[in-house]
Amino acid sequence: MSDPILTLSGVKTNIAQYHILQGVDLSVPRGQVTMLLGRNGVGKTTTLRTIIGHWRAHEGSILFDGEDISRLPTPAIARLGIGFVPEDMGIFADLTVEENMILAAVSGPINSARLDWLFTVFPALKTFWKKDAGTLSGGQKQMLTIARAMIEERRLYLIDEPTKGLAPAIISTMARALRELKDQGASILLVEQNFSVARALGDSANVMDDGRMTWSGEMQELATNADLQERLMGLSLEAHQ
Amino acid sequence: MLTKLLSGDMPRSPLLALILIAILIGLAFAPFLFPGVRSIDTAARICVFIVLVASYDLMLGYGGIVSFAHTMFFGLGAYGVALASTHMGRGFDALFVGALSGALLAALLAFVIGLFSLRVRAIFFAMITLAVASAVAVLVSQLSGLTGGEDGLSYKIPRELGPAFKFADGSLFGVKMNGKLLKYYLIFGSCLALFLLMLRIVHSPFGRVLLAIRENDFRAEAIGYRVVHYRVAATCLSAFIAALAGALYAIWLRYVGPDTSLSMEIMIDILLMVVIGGMGTMYGAVIGATLFILAQNYLQNLMGSAASAVEGLPLLPDLLNPDRWLLWLGVLFILSVYFFPTGIVGRLRSGK
Amino acid sequence: MSAAPDHSPTMAQASLSQRLAPYAPVLLVFALMAFGLIAIPSTSSWLTLTVSGLAMGMMIFIMASGLTLVFGLMDVINFGHGAFVSVGAFVGVSLLLLLENMTGAPSLALNLTAMMVAIIGAMAATALMGWAFEKVIVKPVYGHHLKQILVTMGGLIVVEQLIIVLWGPEEIYITRPEALKGAVTFFGAALEKYRLVAVGIGAVVFLAMRWILRRTKIGLIVRAGVENGEMVEALGYRLRLVFVGVFLAGSALAGLGGVLWGLYQEVITAHMGNQSMILIFIVVIIGGLGSVEGCFIGALLVGLLQNYVAFLEPKVALISNIGLMVAILMWRPMGMIPVVKAK
Repeated sequence: MSDPILTLSGVKTNIAQYHILQGVDLSVPRGQVTMLLGRNGVGKTTTLRTIIGHWRAHEGSILFDGEDISRLPTPAIARLGIGFVPEDMGIFADLTVEENMILAAVSGPINSARLDWLFTVFPALKTFWKKDAGTLSGGQKQMLTIARAMIEERRLYLIDEPTKGLAPAIISTMARALRELKDQGASILLVEQNFSVARALGDSANVMDDGRMTWSGEMQELATNADLQERLMGLSLEAHQ
Repeated sequence: MLTKLLSGDMPRSPLLALILIAILIGLAFAPFLFPGVRSIDTAARICVFIVLVASYDLMLGYGGIVSFAHTMFFGLGAYGVALASTHMGRGFDALFVGALSGALLAALLAFVIGLFSLRVRAIFFAMITLAVASAVAVLVSQLSGLTGGEDGLSYKIPRELGPAFKFADGSLFGVKMNGKLLKYYLIFGSCLALFLLMLRIVHSPFGRVLLAIRENDFRAEAIGYRVVHYRVAATCLSAFIAALAGALYAIWLRYVGPDTSLSMEIMIDILLMVVIGGMGTMYGAVIGATLFILAQNYLQNLMGSAASAVEGLPLLPDLLNPDRWLLWLGVLFILSVYFFPTGIVGRLRSGK
Repeated sequence: MSAAPDHSPTMAQASLSQRLAPYAPVLLVFALMAFGLIAIPSTSSWLTLTVSGLAMGMMIFIMASGLTLVFGLMDVINFGHGAFVSVGAFVGVSLLLLLENMTGAPSLALNLTAMMVAIIGAMAATALMGWAFEKVIVKPVYGHHLKQILVTMGGLIVVEQLIIVLWGPEEIYITRPEALKGAVTFFGAALEKYRLVAVGIGAVVFLAMRWILRRTKIGLIVRAGVENGEMVEALGYRLRLVFVGVFLAGSALAGLGGVLWGLYQEVITAHMGNQSMILIFIVVIIGGLGSVEGCFIGALLVGLLQNYVAFLEPKVALISNIGLMVAILMWRPMGMIPVVKAK
């Protein structure tokens, strides 16, 4: 296996006086989907926000393709080729879907071939293309936010709970989209609470608790070991479905 | 005893204690220490402004609310006394009624503005007070029938507070025992009482909640304090006391006009005094007001001589012109917000 | 919990009032004009007042637009914004006084050239000043409203005093360029030429601003940044640079507003910027902090109301704007066009 695209070592992040991340070690291999799992409030979102630079790591290093990005400002990190889909989706509600997409194409005008491909992944996108993003339903917004990250090829995607609060039909669309992205050879770091999605997509898995990594290994191993799940996340596979 | 009087807020710095004692002694014995019309005027002005600035600090330093209507509240008290004295005739009852109604009106106005703006966003308050205060200032100068317009109002105050009234024969240390002396001590006593009252307020549970809100309003709200209620209450209280200070000033001057009680210049003076003295410390008001007013009266002469010293050089004489002292204060103001946000008092207390 | 099923929401059930709600602020402007038409006995005076109200509104809009965008984008409230108005007026008027032979000549072309020179000079000066102001005064106090208010107020004091140092304490009188003096008669109403020009410039500025905000990528970044700056940065845009650009543009517009306002009043003082802040604040508050459209509509409302009321009952004119502000805040506490903030 080649060297990982992203490596976090001993990352500590404080928010105000709270120590949220207390030494996170994580490695994201190239061309794979890496799952970040764990109960609510253990620091998964903070980990992603620290990588993109919204929060600053007070200690530790974040190597992206060999370069330490932990001191770079957010726009510079993004320009290295990292696409970010935040938990709250970060939709610009006042802008139309089209305008959201134009903005997301950072390096220039939208590549029409890529857009056509996106329309095949999310056919619905075409139907609300001219609408204000704020008027979309939750599922439509989630499609937009993923499509926005995919409009240009990124070297790494950070995706925070893309299926949160969605209806099962849309979850499967979302999972299909992520699968397409994966098949293109993209590297993805995915936070996901829906275990069946995680099991279907993930290559490797990392489980967090209390601001630290408690387990790292093959997704397959975690998915087939109920005891391990119970121990790591306090919930069995059944309870998650 | 002293601790109790100061509500437990000791100066906590020997130098600060020394300065405060010096100011207290200076003001308490001003008529004897600094005889002369001008210096006694300065002393009375310092007394009034200490209360005015401290009441502003109650809102800014403790409540974290910026208001540009403090001179409006101050003016309401002043015009209250002036109007009552004009229409009710000279007498203590007029002073009392005028001061109280001015103060109540100020509190009511503060309540209404606070309700409108603090509910939405604390920053609205600063903008709305600026607009309202300017509108009121314009209104006062336009309603000349009632307020005397730009000329203001002169009126009579009780004879007992005038120089013609002798309450004892002869003089003490060369100072005549007349009504003007009484008036000075009325001002001084009232201001001292109001200041101690404010010290008490900021160290009460109410004051501590205000501080908690200033530090972190989300957390205060989460703990269960109705942030808006506390902020509005602080605003009303501050306006009430500012109006009382205005009333005292009106009693001292026997005159009110837009320039002495309503102008934006006074508002800026107050801001400078609070920030330079030290926000959120109460004692900062004492030091800020004293320093500022002394500087206003005496430092300008110094600038004048500096300006004539550089006569002939380009631009420099203009920059050092005594009328331009606000320029240097503005610079000092910006620097203090950046580098000494707790002002002189904070500086002294941190022991550097 | 799952979200609503994936279908586009139908609008058929929305009542008329709901559908009109987004347009209510615009309708309010026309309602105010209609009110003026009824309350003011003669139609020709109504027309005169309407034009001067619009002119005043346009000038306030030009001065206020930068302030509201700067707030929306970076949550920075600049109490020293009025300083740019004053500086713009002084630089512009000084240039006009220098070009007296051009402004005094009865030639529209020469007059307009002189105006252009004055406007460009004033805008360049205030843009430069905005750049310095942002760097020295505003940047160190990001994210701290209390300090922002205090420091920018301090900046205003310093700039006002510097104007007095440079130009002297007396007010400066200025006459309008020859071709812009006087009035044209239209349906029996005397319409001051200068006011018509002010309306024209204001409309051009508004339309240009709208075009930039809607049709250019920079505009999209600004609009998106007002809503969710963090996400704009996560996409890879340097919001800080965009913000400095907006601050510069806003300062330059305030400078333009200062020149127009100075020529409108035909006298300028160092304090004129601070005085104009009263109306500017009212306008940005009732418009909705951060909204350019709201600011525009708010400015027109303030300008029209002030002129109508000044005609009907002069003493109430300034208070009328406070009344307008109170009424609008009772109706919509965040202003007419509230800006959605993601955070």
